[in-house]
Amino acid sequence: MLFDLERVTTSRGGVAVLRELSMSIPAGASCVAGPSGSGKSTLLRLLNRLADPESGRVLYRGDDVRERDPLELRREVCLVPQLPALQAATVAENVAYGARLAGGACDVARCLGLAGLDAGFGERAADRLSVGEQQRVMLARALALEPSVLLLDEPTSALDEAARDAVERTLLDLRERLGISYVLVTHDLAQARRLADSVLPLAGGRVAAGAPA
Amino acid sequence: MNAIDVSLAEVAAALVLVAVAIAISLRERAGVEGDIGVAAVRAFVQLTAVGYVIKLIFDEDRLVFVFALIAVMVLIATFTARRRAAKVPGAFAPLLAGIALAAASTLAAVVALGVFDPEARYLVPVGGMVIGNSMTAAAVALNRLGDEVSSSGREIEATLSLGATAAQAMRPILRRSLRSGMIPLIDQTKTTGIIAFPGIMVGMLLAGAQPVDAVRLQLILLYTLLGAVSVSVLVSMALAYRNFFTPAHQLHEPAAATPAS
Repeated sequence: MLFDLERVTTSRGGVAVLRELSMSIPAGASCVAGPSGSGKSTLLRLLNRLADPESGRVLYRGDDVRERDPLELRREVCLVPQLPALQAATVAENVAYGARLAGGACDVARCLGLAGLDAGFGERAADRLSVGEQQRVMLARALALEPSVLLLDEPTSALDEAARDAVERTLLDLRERLGISYVLVTHDLAQARRLADSVLPLAGGRVAAGAPA
Repeated sequence: MNAIDVSLAEVAAALVLVAVAIAISLRERAGVEGDIGVAAVRAFVQLTAVGYVIKLIFDEDRLVFVFALIAVMVLIATFTARRRAAKVPGAFAPLLAGIALAAASTLAAVVALGVFDPEARYLVPVGGMVIGNSMTAAAVALNRLGDEVSSSGREIEATLSLGATAAQAMRPILRRSLRSGMIPLIDQTKTTGIIAFPGIMVGMLLAGAQPVDAVRLQLILLYTLLGAVSVSVLVSMALAYRNFFTPAHQLHEPAAATPAS
């Protein structure tokens, strides 16, 4: 299994978000689907230790994530947030940023290409792009780290239908070309079925009734 | 320099201008007449009390009293600055370290460089100015830091997601907060003598000093304050930002504003 959650409980602002959640997420393309407030984003943040659960364990390839160096883990299991949050710099600087932090370099044009943008975007100011283009730059920035796993938090929620379809095609293409695993959270069950081999329904902080644990 | 005598009657005469301020507030219904009255009374009581304390310390002229007074001023400045930095968790210790280090390092530097003699009549007023300016600058910087972190949780987490350390994720915010803390004094230094005569110079001129001496002393103090303020802001921010994070470079709630979806 890629990830195992064992009786995970966590809360935000004093309200329980995940309750004794046990779930296994296989390698490949997985999707956690559920309505707003079901704890999907919270769950994703536990997988690369942006947060730790109050109780229970999160295992990545069989090891407790708390035993891993959090910075190394986040480069290997890279999260692309729901809304773009780029720096006030060029697209190329944004794409190279994560790799530079780790002391490495990256092929910006290749990363942009993988995310469905042509190399000409590199010199453009990130804050002048449309939300859809920014979201692709966020994806390119994550891919520059050459992660094993991508965590995608509602990657198309801010996009129109055409942009959504393009991002979906990019994700399917990435999986085929790079063999990368991804865990996607979405409220859109149809999207979950289009993009994932396994769909894990979540409701009220628990695995939804009738779903495999 | 000739000492000047100021009688209580002269102080009382200046109250006419306080009455003008109160009258304007009443006429314009600004609602600050009470505050003006309290401010005038507090200024009188506080300065009179401090005047007696300083007189005692000047008469004794022992460094141990000077250090004790400076320590008390640092503590009061820290408590005052902490109120402005309410959004920064555990701000007291970083502010105390920043203000104390600014006071200690700049006073030590001006004495070591031979600018001032290590006597109460120099160290107390210079210490007071250094501490007051360090307090204001650190409070402004930490206030900005708290606001920025609460409004930029998403951006910070996006950077942490790339394997950035807390320090790396905070760098742009720390830079902006540092600027906020330092810019008022930098601007004041740039425009000094053009837009306003600074307090020390005014005081010396009123007390009968030569203008050139007043200007030189004012310059020394402005340069000293620039150093002090930068130390205070830098140290307090470098210590305070860590309190927003866990040792695993996770942003504490409630700054992490990701919805529970």
